[in-house]
Amino acid sequence: MLDLQGYGPRLIEGAGVTVQLAILSLLLAIVLGLLTATAKMSRSWLLHKVATLYTTVIRGVPDLVLMMLLFFGGQIGVNMISDMLYDHFDIDLYINFNAFAAGVLTIGFIFGAYMGETFRGAFMAVDEGQIEAGKAYGMGNALLFRRVRFPQMMRHALPGLSNNWMVLLKTTALVSVIGLTDMVRVAAEASRATHEPFVFLLPVAAVYLLIASVSEWIFAQLQKRYNVGFGGQ
Amino acid sequence: MDITTWMFEWLEGNAIFTPNTLGYYWDGFVTTTQLVFLSLLAGLLLAVPLAILRSSRHKWISLPVYVYTYVFRGTPLLIQLYIIYYGVVFFDGIQETFLWPILREAFYPALIAFTLNTAAYTTEIFRGAIKATSQGEIEAAKAYGMSSSLMMRRIILPSAFRRALPSYGNEVIFMLHASAIASVVTLTDLTGAARFVYARFYAPFDAFLFVAAIYLCLTFAILFVFRQLEKRLLAHLKPLSH
Repeated sequence: MLDLQGYGPRLIEGAGVTVQLAILSLLLAIVLGLLTATAKMSRSWLLHKVATLYTTVIRGVPDLVLMMLLFFGGQIGVNMISDMLYDHFDIDLYINFNAFAAGVLTIGFIFGAYMGETFRGAFMAVDEGQIEAGKAYGMGNALLFRRVRFPQMMRHALPGLSNNWMVLLKTTALVSVIGLTDMVRVAAEASRATHEPFVFLLPVAAVYLLIASVSEWIFAQLQKRYNVGFGGQ
Repeated sequence: MDITTWMFEWLEGNAIFTPNTLGYYWDGFVTTTQLVFLSLLAGLLLAVPLAILRSSRHKWISLPVYVYTYVFRGTPLLIQLYIIYYGVVFFDGIQETFLWPILREAFYPALIAFTLNTAAYTTEIFRGAIKATSQGEIEAAKAYGMSSSLMMRRIILPSAFRRALPSYGNEVIFMLHASAIASVVTLTDLTGAARFVYARFYAPFDAFLFVAAIYLCLTFAILFVFRQLEKRLLAHLKPLSH
């Protein structure tokens, strides 16, 4: 049997960190992605430029470099803000730079750019006639988004969304480099300490495969649901 | 003002980007380019035969290749790198062979991990392109009496490579970005150089923003090259201009 030499509970804890990190980052990325897609399609010149800059720069720089920039720069940046608040407004505020929150923010921020591109394509694939029909029914913008644009957009966005999720899941492994104790970090530490890398790293790899397989199944179910009424393709 | 004198003055008034640290970045740039170029080349050479096997109608040929691509695409590259980097010692007798001086350095385990990873992705890209060959072309080739190997060489692969070009361009950029994790196993690639400069001067913004700009330029260069290639090789697919 697999002998984890006492690292078992920590590995399970680490797996919990990985899953939480991935899911929270995904939610943030979806919100940012919707905002970016909206900005890119808006008539405002400035919004369009800002969104394009965001997606171009983020997609042109390695995730790890962005992470290090935010992690190592983050504490300094936060300190600078609290110093400024103290100097100018006499507000004594100590902001603790939480590593987990920084991880969620960084990964969410990176994948928001990818999601933005996915959602933009999907929004454009929604038939213009559907939106006109919604307007003819007197729907406001919010209602139109909730009832017409979002559900129909999701049908086109799901393949890209599922792709982005798989990449995001694997990207969470990088936080181990920066100091968060996810399952990769525990496994790497255990490998170094016990000189038995396969015992720890192979099960962790298997957990990633398991999560990927489960999410593939979930996305297939979602695809079925959003394809209802489209000839069951 | 002359650009070289401007550069010189800028360097003189700068505490962090001295010729010394710029030398680190240059070494990092060389390491990153070598790693990415060599792994892409080896991955490409592996991927072509694997993609052909993966497209086979026989399950017992295509399934093992699918398992390989599924595992390597489904797990983080960092884990693959750790397994190879920490695990290479445990192959019995490897320390006595001529390979040991090579494998002892971090560069080669990283190269092996990157190669296996990109080969898995590239195999799937080519397999998709091979599958998309139009049935008419295959029928025509058969009607000419081509054997399946001749058909693969003359008909299927040349058009599949062209179709794969845009996705392969993405894979090249992905590999450039993924190579940043080489710095985790003590290699001084571009990211490793930035980490060194950060640690020495405690200046995260300078160190990482500079390296981010370099990566951005490299990404744009790759995009440009692939756009030119696509223009040439996919000219027959462009909509006719009026």
